[in-house]
Amino acid sequence: MITAGCDVGSLSAKAVILKDGLVRSWHVIYAKPDPEESAREVMGKALEKADLDQGDIDFLVATGYGRNAVPFAHASESEIACHGRGASWLAPQVRTVIDIGGQDAKALRVDSCGRVVRYAYNDKCASGTGRFLEIMAGAMGLDVSDMGPASENAINPVAISNQCVVFAETEIISLINEGRDKSDIIAGLHRALAHRVVSLARGIEPEPVIAMTGGVAKNTGMFRALEEALGVPLLPLEIDPQIVGALGAAVIAMERLKGK
Amino acid sequence: MIVAGCDVGSLATKAVILNQRSILAQAVVPSTFDPAASARSAMDAALASTGLSLDDLSFCVGTGYGRERIPFVSRAVSEIACHAKGAHWLMPSVRTVIDIGGQDCKAIRIDEKGNVVRFLTNDKCAAGTGRFLEVMARILGVSLEDLGAFKPGPGEPIQLASTCTVWAQAEVIHHLNAKKPKADIASAVNRAMAGRVAILARGVGIERDLCMTGGVAKNPGVLSALEQQLGTNIRRLRLDPQIVGALGAAVFAREHLEGRQS
Repeated sequence: MITAGCDVGSLSAKAVILKDGLVRSWHVIYAKPDPEESAREVMGKALEKADLDQGDIDFLVATGYGRNAVPFAHASESEIACHGRGASWLAPQVRTVIDIGGQDAKALRVDSCGRVVRYAYNDKCASGTGRFLEIMAGAMGLDVSDMGPASENAINPVAISNQCVVFAETEIISLINEGRDKSDIIAGLHRALAHRVVSLARGIEPEPVIAMTGGVAKNTGMFRALEEALGVPLLPLEIDPQIVGALGAAVIAMERLKGK
Repeated sequence: MIVAGCDVGSLATKAVILNQRSILAQAVVPSTFDPAASARSAMDAALASTGLSLDDLSFCVGTGYGRERIPFVSRAVSEIACHAKGAHWLMPSVRTVIDIGGQDCKAIRIDEKGNVVRFLTNDKCAAGTGRFLEVMARILGVSLEDLGAFKPGPGEPIQLASTCTVWAQAEVIHHLNAKKPKADIASAVNRAMAGRVAILARGVGIERDLCMTGGVAKNPGVLSALEQQLGTNIRRLRLDPQIVGALGAAVFAREHLEGRQS
C-alpha cells in the first residue's frame, strides 16, 4: 500500500510518500506562484526519490493553503488535522503541537489517536509567524537560516519592545545602529516570537508532551526560546519538522485506504 | 505675552508661537534621532519669521513622544490633551478628535471646554497609523501627498483583505503585478487605512462635531473614505492639521500664565 501527502504552503511545498507504514521518501521545494505547479514539482521529486510513478500511489491527500489546487489528490484535509496526525504518528505521546509556518502559527491539542480536540490559529497578524523572523533577518542582512546558529553566541538577549513587525523592524535597525551585538538581537527576536506564539498557545491550555512543527522549528535558537517561554521541554521529532503536515496527510491517506 | 508649544513626534517636530489671540508663527521640521535638537530646530524655524528669540517666550509647553527631553520647555503635557486643546481652540464645536500620527492613532472625546472625556489609542499595530500609508506609498512608488490624491477609476474597486501591514503589502504587490491601475490600488489603501481608524473612532463613541488632526488629515483619500465609513462629515480645520498638537501645547502655555496672573 503506497500513499502520499502533499502540503502546498505559502512559502514552500512538501511531499511525503509512505509505503507499508514507513516513510519511503520526502521532498521540500520553495513554492511557485502557481500552487498546482508547486504540487506537481514537489510530488515529482518525491516520486523520483522513491523510484515510483504517480500511478503507483493508491491514495493521496492534499493539505495546506493550496490544497484545492492539487489535481492528482484523492482528498484534501486541513493543515490543523494533518499537523496533529503527523506529529502523533511520529510520537504517540504528543498531546500538543505548535506549528509555526511562513505565514501563520497554530497551536493544537490532540488525543491519543492523533485527533485534534482543540486549536488556536493566527494568520491575521504577521508578528507571531515565520514572516517575523524572515523580515528581521532581511533587516539584518542575514538569511533566515543563519539566525539559529547566530543566536547561539548570545550573552545578553535584547528585549524587543515592539510586537508589530513593521515597528519591530525599525527597532532592530536602531539597535544595530547603536552597535548592539547581533547575536543578542537575534536571541531577543527569538524570545519575542516565542512569547507571541505562547500567548496563542495558552488559549488551548497546552499539555505535555509538546512538539514543534513547521519550518521555523529547524531554527535551534527558536526551538530553545519556545521551550523557555513554555517552561517545559519540547519533544524533538525524528524527522524534518517542515514535512509533518505532508506526513500527516500521507498517514490520513493510509487510514482512508484501510477504512475502505 | 508670547507663548509657544513644541510637539516632538516620531516623524515630524512642530512648533507654534502664540500671542494674546492669534498664531504668530508655526513650523514643521522632520524629526531626527535627537528630540532636543529636533525641538530646537522647529522652534528656531518658527522664531525666524517673527524676529523673536527663545528669551522672548514667556512660557513654553512641550508635547509628543519626545516631550520630556526638550530643554527649553517649562512643562510637558500629553499629546492627547494637547490635540484636544488645540482642536477646541480652533473650533469650539468639536467633540471628537481623530489624530493620526506617523506611528499611532488616537480617538479623543472632548467636552465643551476642550477637556478630554475619554480616548482610545493604537500604537501597537502599524495598521491604522501613518506608517501604514508610508509603507504603501513606498511600494506604489508615489509620495505620501500623491497617495492621498488618487481617485479610483470606474472599474470594480479593489478591496484589501488583510489588516496587517505586512500582509496588505503583499496584496498591493500582487495587484501591481496584475497590472491593476495604480489609482485603484491607492484608493484601496486609503479605504483600508480609514477602516482601521473607524474601528477606533467607533470605540470611543463619535459625537459631533468631528475633526481630524495630525499629518494624515492632509490625505483627502483617507478623509473622505473615513467620512463615508463613519457616515458623518469631518469638519476641516482652518490650518495645517499637523500643528494642532503644538498649538494645543501653546494654548496650555497661555492658560498656565493666565492662571498664574489671576
